[in-house]
Amino acid sequence: MAQVSVTVNGKTHTANVEPRLLLVHFLREQLNLTGTHIGCDTSQCGACTVLVDGRSAKSCTIFAVQADGSEITTIEGLARDGRLHPLQEGFWEEHGLQCGYCTPGMIMSAVDLLNEHPSPTEREIRDGIDGNFCRCTGYEHIVNAIQYAANKR
Amino acid sequence: MAASLVLPKLVGQRIKRREDPRLIQGRATYVDDIKVVGMQHLAFVRSDIAHGRILSIDTSAADAMDGVEAVFTGAQIAELLAPMPILTPFPSPDHRAVAVDIVRYVGEPVAVVVTADRYVARDAADAIVVDYEQLPAVVDPEQAMTGTPVVIHADFADNLALPFLPGGTGVAADFTVDDTVVDQAFADAEVVVSQRMVNQRLAPTPIETRGVLAHFEPGKGTMTIWSSTQNPHTLRTFIATMTGLGQDQVRAIAPEVGGAFGAKINIYPEEYVAAALSKRLGLPIKWIEDRSEAFVATTHGRDIIGYVDIAARRDGTVVGLKLRLIADIGAYNMLLTAAIPTLTMQMASATYDIPAIRATLTEVFTNKTPTAAYRGAGRPEATYFVERAMDMLARELEMDPADLRRKNFITPDQFPYTTQMGAVYDSGDYGKALDLALQNAGWADLKKQRDAARAKGRLVGLGLSMYVEVCGVGPSSSFPSGGWEYAQVTIERDGRISATTGASPHGQGNETTFAQMLADQFGVPLEHITIHHGDTGVVKQGIGTFGSRSQAVGGTALHLAGGKVKVKMAKFAAALIEAHEDDLVFEDGMISVKGSPESGKSFADVAKYAYVPVPLPKGLDPGLSEEAFFEPANNTYPFGCHISMLEIDRETGEPTLLRLVAVDDAGHLINPLIVDGQIHGGLAQGIGQAMIEEFRYSEDGQPVTGSFMDYAIPRAADFPRFELDNTVTPTPVNPLGAKGVGEAGTLGSTPCVVAAAVDALSEFGVKHIDMMLRPEKLWRIIHGGQP
Amino acid sequence: MIPTAFDYQRATSLDDALAKLSASNGAGKLIAGGHSLVPLMKLRLSEPTMLIDIARIPDLAGIREQDGTLEIGAGTVHHDVATSPVLRQHCPVVADTAATIGDPQVRNRGTLGGSLAHADPAADYPAVMLALDAEIHLRSSTAARVVLARDFFQNVLTVDLAPDEIITAVRFAPVRAASYAKLYQRASRFAIVGVAAALDVSDGVIRSARIGLTGAVSHAVRLTTVEAALAGCEPTSRACAEAARLAGSDLEDINGDIHASETYRRAMIPVFTRRALDGALARLTVQS
Ligand SMILES: Cc1cc2nc3c(=O)[nH]c(=O)nc-3n(C[C@H](O)[C@H](O)[C@H](O)COP(=O)(O)OP(=O)(O)OC[C@H]3O[C@@H](n4cnc5c(N)ncnc54)[C@H](O)[C@@H]3O)c2cc1C
Ligand code: FES
Ligand code: FES
Repeated sequence: MAQVSVTVNGKTHTANVEPRLLLVHFLREQLNLTGTHIGCDTSQCGACTVLVDGRSAKSCTIFAVQADGSEITTIEGLARDGRLHPLQEGFWEEHGLQCGYCTPGMIMSAVDLLNEHPSPTEREIRDGIDGNFCRCTGYEHIVNAIQYAANKR
Repeated sequence: MAASLVLPKLVGQRIKRREDPRLIQGRATYVDDIKVVGMQHLAFVRSDIAHGRILSIDTSAADAMDGVEAVFTGAQIAELLAPMPILTPFPSPDHRAVAVDIVRYVGEPVAVVVTADRYVARDAADAIVVDYEQLPAVVDPEQAMTGTPVVIHADFADNLALPFLPGGTGVAADFTVDDTVVDQAFADAEVVVSQRMVNQRLAPTPIETRGVLAHFEPGKGTMTIWSSTQNPHTLRTFIATMTGLGQDQVRAIAPEVGGAFGAKINIYPEEYVAAALSKRLGLPIKWIEDRSEAFVATTHGRDIIGYVDIAARRDGTVVGLKLRLIADIGAYNMLLTAAIPTLTMQMASATYDIPAIRATLTEVFTNKTPTAAYRGAGRPEATYFVERAMDMLARELEMDPADLRRKNFITPDQFPYTTQMGAVYDSGDYGKALDLALQNAGWADLKKQRDAARAKGRLVGLGLSMYVEVCGVGPSSSFPSGGWEYAQVTIERDGRISATTGASPHGQGNETTFAQMLADQFGVPLEHITIHHGDTGVVKQGIGTFGSRSQAVGGTALHLAGGKVKVKMAKFAAALIEAHEDDLVFEDGMISVKGSPESGKSFADVAKYAYVPVPLPKGLDPGLSEEAFFEPANNTYPFGCHISMLEIDRETGEPTLLRLVAVDDAGHLINPLIVDGQIHGGLAQGIGQAMIEEFRYSEDGQPVTGSFMDYAIPRAADFPRFELDNTVTPTPVNPLGAKGVGEAGTLGSTPCVVAAAVDALSEFGVKHIDMMLRPEKLWRIIHGGQP
Repeated sequence: MIPTAFDYQRATSLDDALAKLSASNGAGKLIAGGHSLVPLMKLRLSEPTMLIDIARIPDLAGIREQDGTLEIGAGTVHHDVATSPVLRQHCPVVADTAATIGDPQVRNRGTLGGSLAHADPAADYPAVMLALDAEIHLRSSTAARVVLARDFFQNVLTVDLAPDEIITAVRFAPVRAASYAKLYQRASRFAIVGVAAALDVSDGVIRSARIGLTGAVSHAVRLTTVEAALAGCEPTSRACAEAARLAGSDLEDINGDIHASETYRRAMIPVFTRRALDGALARLTVQS
């Protein structure tokens, strides 16, 4: 067992975990933050994307112990004081989701994308969500959703 | 009382979805998000060989592992579970949820472990050692049909699951075949184009894999089963049967479902095993599929070979069509496996008035994952075979592909039109969809652009495809578990509306579209309506969401239930207002006499009265809740036209999709925003099939595309912006005039993209290219070889 | 998928990491970004019993310029390489290459050192390291040594790196006239073939060319025949196309898989060599 202490959505959690515990399982099973999903086992689909120290990362490819001392933001931590994040708003307004399973990871990637490119081109948006699969939407409404958020900021 | 607000009509509006707030905040509950006290995890040991006899299973190491609750082999599971049931009428081999003595595909379960910890479950499963005697495997269906090198199921000679099913012109109800008309058509033809085509195997890959949580409560004797399924009511039926419980004792819940695309219609071994073991052990049991498992344990789609012959006159009139289908269904029949390719037969006439058609179907067992529905399920295959053949014919006759299509369309005055396959098309105006697509694409100009690009040495091609699909199942004669849908509408005591629907969605947005309908029907705000679904404890009956049926069939059931309540509510209101019920209007949250809004009573007032009816109006019972079963007299047949432009890199063979223009006609649309989303998703999958998706096996039956490292699904950067438009040809089959749109995008896009690739490479003399458009394949054509 | 159990230690400094590594008696496995190792562990294709985490060692990451030489710390993540102003200015090919790796999330975690140590036959960095004739700096608890990229990559997933050694940095002389061209495998996005070309041009003549190839054979290699053919040529598109034609012709055991047969891969080597050379030429033009 190893001790980890991480700050998730502003709240610090300390726990004893098996070193092999994946961050995504730590978030989902131990902290009950089930908004972060799992869609593959080869680190490709991006359903598990969270922000680790501000950067998008696939929490299925990080051991919880590796994140010790980090600041993590999950989809649950995005809305502030009951107000949706502009990206959440964009996804809602532009119908950027269907089954919603990819959505939390997609939004977290988009947060990082907009941090890097506040006014992204369509190309930059499409490349910026390269690490996130959506099987439902064909991506076009997701692109619109991110553009919506970019225009809003 | 005056109306406080004026409510706009919502049907037909681009309303943003009501399901989204929970989904965008990570507050939705998918099956893996559910925990029950005492919950155990189930893990499967799966065959890693394609065909073999199980010699021994050593579970001792797993048994001894800390935290392992139980280990079961196939033989032990067989004591708890009867063979896997199916819904199709064809003969089917014995199929056990967990293999007992022979494994027939990589991924077939051979043993299971139950532990309190998910990680330990994997450790324990890995510690089980299975010893096999390898048997020869067969993966090519045409090879399998020779019965060599192996017969997979003893009672199925030459691996024929369904030896021969004929259909079309001259086929009698008893399946006797008279070929005279078809033969004559081909004899009289001036040109015949023939091609073998492969509609390749695909992995459906909803981003949420499957998962189940079964909770049998001893003492109470009831089972609650949560599953990522498209049809909780069907799940309930089969779980009850398989676990020896009554249907009243099983509650099946489809929580939030993360995509399905047909692959979650089937009721799977894992669901039965979880339920049976929960009952046996008296513990809640969860199983969540890994993606690696999903690639082999969730049904695949497509995998049909089509031998197409199309006969025509030189002026382009099609006089006959032959379609010989060989469907590779994998190692076993699942619930609906055998039925899917029959839909390909059924749609062999496509959008054309073809006087003579012979379609035949053979279904073959191979050592691969069983197939079943995948978005479109049988109809994309039909569209692909016929549209590719039409394209080849156009090329042969040096006709514009659009002109050839137009020449052969079933014309608007011919509807309802009975095809040679026996399908009765409800309504259509194919010429209109074609014209709009040509106009939106700028067809004439596009051809010039293509030619100009070619003059510069670029390999640019155009593709065009029509489609018509059969959807909105029923009637019940066309679906084995019933072709109806169920709904219940209740006006609650506070005047708000609860509705339940058997159409259990998984991304389609029914909570929004159904509420839009009710809002208009009752003249109340959307916010006053809640749509319940996906829980057999709440929704009394249902069939499910598949085959693009939820709006056309489920929506209609809801509309009818709503209509019934409305009639009753009007009676209560009439008594309250002292007016005649026929003079009342439901508007802006009020029920009032037409023309005198001040006479009105609010919904809440009327509801209150209906539940405490003093005095009780004569002839009325208290309460405002009605249900309806709706069974359509026929399927619906949406249609459309897709056009694409594609460029191929001459040096590498890499294809790039430049444009995709789609015109779709699904009749009346409830929410065009949601419809656009459905079309986008369908296009993505249809283009994915054409360009990058293919599930492949090695010759010895090992999957070689068993992860996202090797099986590509489209990413955002793979697509241009889609150019959508629609025509509206309502269906007479239901009062909404809605046809269904969930699968449409997968039909036209696939053949039109392949057609564009063939067009781009026409200078190399190529007439057809089998999917997918692997760069190497295209490169080989460019560099003088064959695809 | 779930990895097998292991012990975990985090190193606080390079010396600490080296000490832990040697104390582990061969059991210790370094983990940096984990983006090669963790996927393998999840599939149980790799089952280390002890991980030593070097991701937080301060000096291991960073991009520095020193006396005309560029140094990239082994712990630098792909994203930071891709967006480095120093690299963009002096040696953009490295940044370009990093930008083709995986996807944004992968680039946020995966490191240069991990990529080089893992040496996937289809990884991108090795090609560019060869083209830059980079030095790979290694440390063990007892010694430090430098291996040239061309000696470092030896076989499939095999490099000149002892179990007790850590890659600390790569160092190279920047080349502006260099570029990377990659044929993507459409599922994994790794390279079917990837070619990095670097040109040294003066007085209108190519003095030397260095070309690294990845994806095509068991490990990244230099295309020496093309390099030789280019030396002394004028830096023109035509000369490059001519020389590129030879690319790969002397290679044996070209990889073949379901995504690209041996024949196709072989044919793609000249194509991407020419594209890389054209890219390098374009930078030359911009420069002058
Ligand atoms: C979805 C996905 C897509 C990818 N696509 C690409 C791609 O397109 N192109 C590409 O090139 N790569 C790709 N990669 C691989 C990626 O670049 C990895 O990050 C990289 O190969 C490994 O770096 P790491 O820091 O993550 O190493 P780790 O996974 O931490 O370690 C990998 C190996 O290197 C060893 N190691 C790590 N650091 C050191 C060091 N400093 N000294 C000695 N040994 C060390 C470890 O012990 C281990 O054996 C992809 C990965 C994923 C998950
Ligand atoms: S679950 Fe993490 S990338 Fe798929
Ligand atoms: S909305 Fe279903 S996977 Fe993206």
